[in-house]
Amino acid sequence: MSDLNLAKQEPVFNTNKSMVYVLFGFLGFLILFPVLSPGQFLLHLMIMIFMHAVISQSWNIIGGFSGQISLGHGAFFGIGAYASSFFYVEFGLTPWIGIIIGILICAVIAILVGIPMLRLSGHYFAIATLLVGISFQIIFQRWDLVGAASGLWIPLTSEDSYYAMQFHSSKTPYYYLFLIFFVIIFFITWLISRSKLGYRLRAVRDDAQAAQSLGIDVAKHKIIAFAISAMMMAPMGSLFAQYILIVDPDRMFNFEISIIALLISVLGGIGYVWGPLVGTIILIPLAEYARIFFGGTGGAVDLMVYGIVLMIICVFKPSGIISLLPNHILHREKKR
Amino acid sequence: MQAVISGLLMGLIYALIASGLSLIFGLMEIVNFAHGEHLMLAMFSSFWLWALLGLDPIVSIPITILILAVCGIATHYFLIRYILKAKMLVQICATFGLAIFIRSFAQFLWTPDFRNVADPMLSGRIEFAGIFIGQPQFTAAIVCLFAFIGLYWFVTKTETGLALQATSQDRQAAEVLGVPSNKMFALGWGLGLGCVAIAGSMMSSYFYIFPDVGINFSLFAFVAVALGGFGSILGCLYAGIIIGLVESLGGLLIDPSFKLLYVFAIYLLVVVFKPQGMFGRY
Repeated sequence: MSDLNLAKQEPVFNTNKSMVYVLFGFLGFLILFPVLSPGQFLLHLMIMIFMHAVISQSWNIIGGFSGQISLGHGAFFGIGAYASSFFYVEFGLTPWIGIIIGILICAVIAILVGIPMLRLSGHYFAIATLLVGISFQIIFQRWDLVGAASGLWIPLTSEDSYYAMQFHSSKTPYYYLFLIFFVIIFFITWLISRSKLGYRLRAVRDDAQAAQSLGIDVAKHKIIAFAISAMMMAPMGSLFAQYILIVDPDRMFNFEISIIALLISVLGGIGYVWGPLVGTIILIPLAEYARIFFGGTGGAVDLMVYGIVLMIICVFKPSGIISLLPNHILHREKKR
Repeated sequence: MQAVISGLLMGLIYALIASGLSLIFGLMEIVNFAHGEHLMLAMFSSFWLWALLGLDPIVSIPITILILAVCGIATHYFLIRYILKAKMLVQICATFGLAIFIRSFAQFLWTPDFRNVADPMLSGRIEFAGIFIGQPQFTAAIVCLFAFIGLYWFVTKTETGLALQATSQDRQAAEVLGVPSNKMFALGWGLGLGCVAIAGSMMSSYFYIFPDVGINFSLFAFVAVALGGFGSILGCLYAGIIIGLVESLGGLLIDPSFKLLYVFAIYLLVVVFKPQGMFGRY
């Protein structure tokens, strides 16, 4: 098999009819899930799965499609969280608009940060992103306007409110909010992966020089990928802020978010649209149950599990769990 | 002047830490993202040798070096060996995973508490022409400088060191000439973490010891290595000193809580305008 063929068929889950039925069945199940009146914990678990799937999908865009390893992606999560909460706390602006503002701010920051940084590649870029992630945490810890180290406390409404995006009586509205963003973002990613942009990004990843010689503006495409990726991260930060109603620098710029984004993608399969979903479904329940099981040890146990899983995957199956699926599902196009 | 001196002293320690990282990178083109965590292990090992056996961090340097060297060789045999030929992304993820694991394991075993070696052999400070220098800091810097010179001498002058260099230049050619690259890699890891062990045990006399202590040091080490040029050991010395100075002068002139940002700004400037670093081969 030539390399050219590989590049063409590698990352896309091809959609034939049976696949579409499976997807819609799955989606229908997710929509009806709260009707089955699962417990609060199951709903929480599902919300966490949606959130982490999107977070790692966002990483997958820059890390998987365009091949730039970001170790500080949590920064955009925090910026999104701060944007929507800040405008709500200070000006009473509804978080619905706050989310959009957060997305725009993240896009601008990604472009500004990306212009100098994406000229770097490989290790240099990874180290730079690590520094960016920590720099943002330091800035927000010291910035008095957004509450410095104590953060922002979102004032509680007395009852459920769509305007304030707060729901105290049940987790179900949160479930649907996260579900909507999850579906939209996975759909966008799927579109990107099949579009010209997606193919160009993969060309940049596989061989930047060859891509350049074919007339692809490598730096521009990397920046586009970085901006898209940041824009996907932002709404998750905002929604999570609305979910827990406290925004502080240690939680929102937690290094763990950057780690998880990377880990889930690597676990599921880098560069596959459905890789992050597979990774999330395996890892998040594992982590949540591990946390319950070994609770009260400073929260380090789940991180230990992450570290071990990451090393094992890198040594034994660098292409991720999704590549264990039979080849004809992954590369359906080849048969035709 | 006070700030310049203390920056210089700190810079020498950064230089030694970074040279360990640089050595490993030059040899096999893998960035050890767990470098700061290894430093943390070195500090904890000298802490426990003091707490359990009553050995002063200065006395226990050889033991710490031995522990860390074994740790490095084990890292090579159990993890790095398998990912030598893998993509860069996989290599970064693997050492990053190791970093997370070591850090959280330390937190699990020893809790996130801050500890320090009470009453170390080196303490107090010396005054010289109106400048106060902490004695442990001063000794640490001198020891690091000597260790650095020793490392440089070893790599450039001895036969084993030349074999190391040969392996880093061309693995296959070196193998043909009878240099076993696998052994050289293990040696590189042992040496690299040996450097970290010296820096760590010197610092444990006057630094707080806790599981997250390595993060800042590893960031500075990355920056130093990128500044000096990946793989260049001499470059680390200059870069380490520059970082130490920027850190302490920036802290003095502007605001000490943004130390990391100044260093980060330097990193971006250098890497964007001179991507191969000051002395880099790559």
